[in-house]
Amino acid sequence: MVNEMRESREARTTFGAAHQMTAPTAELLRQLVAHLRQNRTQLREEWARRITEAKLLTAMTKEEIFAEATSVYDNYVEALETGTFEALQAYARNLSERIIPRGVETHEVVGIVLLLRDVLARSLFAKYQNDFALLNRILDAYEPAANRIANTVAVGFVQERERVIREQQEAIRVLSTPVLQVRERLLILPIIGVIDPQRARQLTEQLLRGIRTNRARVVVIDITGVPVMDANVANNLVQTVEATRLLGATVIITGLSPEIAQTLVTIGVDLGKMNTVGDLQGGIEEAERLLGYKVVTFTESADHALRA
Amino acid sequence: MEVPILKQGPYLIASIQSALSDADLVQLRDALVEQVGRLRSRGVIVDVTALDVMDSFATRTLRDITFMIRLRGAETVIVGIQPDVAFTMVQLGLKLEGVPTALDLEEGITFLSKKDGSPAKETNSRER
Repeated sequence: MVNEMRESREARTTFGAAHQMTAPTAELLRQLVAHLRQNRTQLREEWARRITEAKLLTAMTKEEIFAEATSVYDNYVEALETGTFEALQAYARNLSERIIPRGVETHEVVGIVLLLRDVLARSLFAKYQNDFALLNRILDAYEPAANRIANTVAVGFVQERERVIREQQEAIRVLSTPVLQVRERLLILPIIGVIDPQRARQLTEQLLRGIRTNRARVVVIDITGVPVMDANVANNLVQTVEATRLLGATVIITGLSPEIAQTLVTIGVDLGKMNTVGDLQGGIEEAERLLGYKVVTFTESADHALRA
Repeated sequence: MEVPILKQGPYLIASIQSALSDADLVQLRDALVEQVGRLRSRGVIVDVTALDVMDSFATRTLRDITFMIRLRGAETVIVGIQPDVAFTMVQLGLKLEGVPTALDLEEGITFLSKKDGSPAKETNSRER
């Protein structure tokens, strides 16, 4: 049912478009496509030259630019001819996938498509310069289609880019919260970077699971690498500490910078129930004390043995 | 479902096996408070490993148990709260303040034996 509706709507739009551009417009578009096909080599070269001139796609070699230009050109002409954008969309996505890892920027992609639009328009001006009325009608047919093509390519690129960014964010998130066991019953959790609510949640979950699997009794959370802390982050931290206690473990927080300490006192977050120690070393020493460890050097222990 | 209460040396162990209704919880509370005096126990362990939900009533009852048992002269420890449960509880503001907690049964026994000054191993050997 829904499919049917969508199909009929699509049918209507195509029909509507065909209807709108009436017989002469369709004829003009055909003329236009024929012109672009005829001058393919020359226009492509012109376009590639303009791309290099504008210092776009600097990450790619001349040959690569020309090869990509050719396929973009062909797809472009095809989209103009058929009025459908699926093939172009797929191509744009594929192209983005290939060029994003090479550091191609959004403005470059938009720039080259707009350049192509310009190159083609100029060639139309040249061809129809003697018949201004015809030129106007040709441009009426060309402009909307060209705009849609530019839109499609740009949107495709940005979407692909966003997808890559999302994937990378996820990867960073997974990597950035290790729960490490340094001694029997003692875990450390070095937090580096900004904590947002989502990360705080993930961090807590990982920590609680770590406590369970390692049977930890003390956890040292080191926040030396956390640049800023606001009320939200602080409350997340308090929640983590409370959840940890429910599992029967104690938390020691280390590495509160002077700035963070000042912020916390100023905004009035109650960290009174938290066990804080200056640096990671101090935190581990305190944890060892809680666990009943005592670290002595070899000479010290030898002395003790001698005396005993 | 009634919760079995086992006597292990000087301690009572209540091991919750399935989700409990409010009435079951009240029944557990009454049974523990009664038995701790009758059996002259020094500590009570409530094992909630099998629970995957902990609502406000359950939390309050556990707190009540702890405080009542303390008034009867013994110490209580809640053991085996699951990570997910702990996280949800904290988000709901159920903090079990003033209630000792431990990772599992073994840790719970260690905690209690430290509290009453008898090493855990001795308790075990006395049992045998």
